[in-house]
Amino acid sequence: MLRLPKNINGLSKISKCFNNSIIKSSVHTVNGPLSFNLTSEQKELIETAKKFSREVIIPNAKKWDLNNEYPVEAHKKAHELGFFVAGVPTEYGGLGLSLLDCCLIGEELSYGCTGFSTSMLANELALGPVKLFASEELKKKYLGRNAAESVIAAYAVTEPGTGSNVAGITTKAVKDNDGNFILNGQKMWISNAGQCNWFFVLARTNLDPKAPASKAFTAFVVDRDTPGIIIGRKELNMGQRASDTRGVTFEDVKIPKENIVNAEGNGFKVAMGAFDFSRPIVACGAVGLAQRAFDEATKYSLERKAFGQEISKFQAIQFILADMAINIETARLIYYKAAWEFDQGRRNTYYASIAKCYASDVANKCAADAVQVFGGAGFNSEYPVEKLMRDAKIFHIYEGPEQWTKLFAMEITGNKQSPVDFNDECCQFLTKDSEVSSLVLDYPENFESLELTNVGLSWKVEIPTHYANATSI
Amino acid sequence: MKIMVAIKRVVDYAVKIRVKPDKSGVETKNVKMSMNPFCEIALEEALRIKESGLASEVVAVSVGPAQFSETLRTGLAMGADRAIHVEAPENIYPLTIAKILKALVDVEKPGLLFLGKQAIDNDQNQTGQMVAGLLKWPQGTFASKVVLDKEKQVATVDREVDGGIETLCLDLPAVITTDLRLNQPRYATLPNIMKAKSKPIKKFTLKDLNVEIKSDLEVVEVTEPPKRKSGVILSSVDELIDKLKNEARVI
Repeated sequence: MLRLPKNINGLSKISKCFNNSIIKSSVHTVNGPLSFNLTSEQKELIETAKKFSREVIIPNAKKWDLNNEYPVEAHKKAHELGFFVAGVPTEYGGLGLSLLDCCLIGEELSYGCTGFSTSMLANELALGPVKLFASEELKKKYLGRNAAESVIAAYAVTEPGTGSNVAGITTKAVKDNDGNFILNGQKMWISNAGQCNWFFVLARTNLDPKAPASKAFTAFVVDRDTPGIIIGRKELNMGQRASDTRGVTFEDVKIPKENIVNAEGNGFKVAMGAFDFSRPIVACGAVGLAQRAFDEATKYSLERKAFGQEISKFQAIQFILADMAINIETARLIYYKAAWEFDQGRRNTYYASIAKCYASDVANKCAADAVQVFGGAGFNSEYPVEKLMRDAKIFHIYEGPEQWTKLFAMEITGNKQSPVDFNDECCQFLTKDSEVSSLVLDYPENFESLELTNVGLSWKVEIPTHYANATSI
Repeated sequence: MKIMVAIKRVVDYAVKIRVKPDKSGVETKNVKMSMNPFCEIALEEALRIKESGLASEVVAVSVGPAQFSETLRTGLAMGADRAIHVEAPENIYPLTIAKILKALVDVEKPGLLFLGKQAIDNDQNQTGQMVAGLLKWPQGTFASKVVLDKEKQVATVDREVDGGIETLCLDLPAVITTDLRLNQPRYATLPNIMKAKSKPIKKFTLKDLNVEIKSDLEVVEVTEPPKRKSGVILSSVDELIDKLKNEARVI
């Protein structure tokens, strides 16, 4: 699967470290059983999610979409059933379900309405870094609160001027005399912003513009009711309108020092670490939407008659439906794998990126094809598929746009021989085709990182101190 | 008091039923299966009685092949305390099921036996009545309301009949079969699904219960209902009256 050279450019230590982890995982894969069986609990989880989707989400999704409405009542019910605390560890009052379990549930809820399920996803995204990196006290307080009080959280990283370029954020947190922080700045497109109890916020704490991303940012948990937080209007988006997306402004918001997630300066890694966890969830949502598109198109093709017979009898339509099925089945497999890898305690960035990238493509293709099968009716809002097409587009964009996830997948495949060999086209590809100004390969298990910073037109690799013996390129 | 609830696994209510090509029955291969909706209502009622403090335990039982234990898991996730799975082939007729249930009642000795009024696959509507007969217990079928008096050991059951509501008083132990409007079954919540993991499902074979499968009924053929024919446009009122009189024979 991965071919890494033993020793390149004096980075032997690093490649050794990669090699080790890869050997470990492949041994596991070869000797372990391969099974696609779901446990009876997983089947039950799917059943409950399916029932909820069928009875609560689907009958109301159109109304939420038309009114740009966040479905408070349905979310309350989802909370009662335990959907929002599925991934919270049991020691903090959650259910401690695996990522794969959460994805299985997510697919079924997304089948009903991805606007609805995005709220759950955004909540997971905010909980993720806290779960993975925060202190015990912080976990107890905030994860515990989510479980006990049925509240949700929001992940506030994106800003009006910066999306994927996380290192470019300008929201600042300045330390005061007591060691607490004063937060100022503006966040944008924050899902759950108007409904959440607390925010996960990434802010710049080292104001020196030359400070590397791996040291310049700090992640915080910020209570929603802290004075100085101004929540913007609910944005009217192309699709997924049941999701609550807003801008958030922080004006002299005081954050106690206990609310730092992990440690001061580690924010970038903390914030990015959530994506290995959240991308499989995005992928499962995209698959749910694609499955819905397929089911609607199939149903319609069996009813709609043209030229004297059901259109499902025409090969032209059959081929469209068959392609949809092929795409859905394969996308489902890769999100299963991405989530499963995470549950095995292994770094899954590669699979998570592929799953997210592929499934979002599949969702868009299936939704567009479903509209095609419906013909003129598909373009009309009386029928269910135009909403799917509008809802699908955001899967290409949030949690790392299509192109960004491809980069992730490409770096890690060692397509260019090694994840750290940026001497070649991979590096040129980065500079040429994207706006990426900084890239961090982070390893959550041990917090080792290797950073690339854009210096003029050339690229410089900064080697962390514990690789002191390695030579920079 | 212990309550026993009989549960059947059937083709999901939302699935469009297809008849097998050899006309021997309904296609169940690769079809979504669920708990019979009337059984869900029966289980819900038993759980509510337990929650109100009038019963101590709810036992879900089912008779069928291995996959039936999945349906029992659903029952456990809804809140049943434990389950009994009698391993048997599919498509057993009501009298045999009633005999099996009687054998289970003899083992478990519940104070109440709840069943759905019928299963949505075969619509036989017989098992509850037959098991009541075999047990010589009073029966309240088509229940739309159930009130329990623990002191007097009496269940008051409202039944939806053609003319209105009929109210029966049953001495316990009794058999009650449930109708659609009795209650709204709950969801199996995620925490309860996880809890159900540790709840036991006990297995019995037909031999254990000393019941033999035999039926005096034989299915000759299963066919789909005839397709509705398209209508005709008539040219005059006279023609319509003529057709209503002589063809449809309704006037």
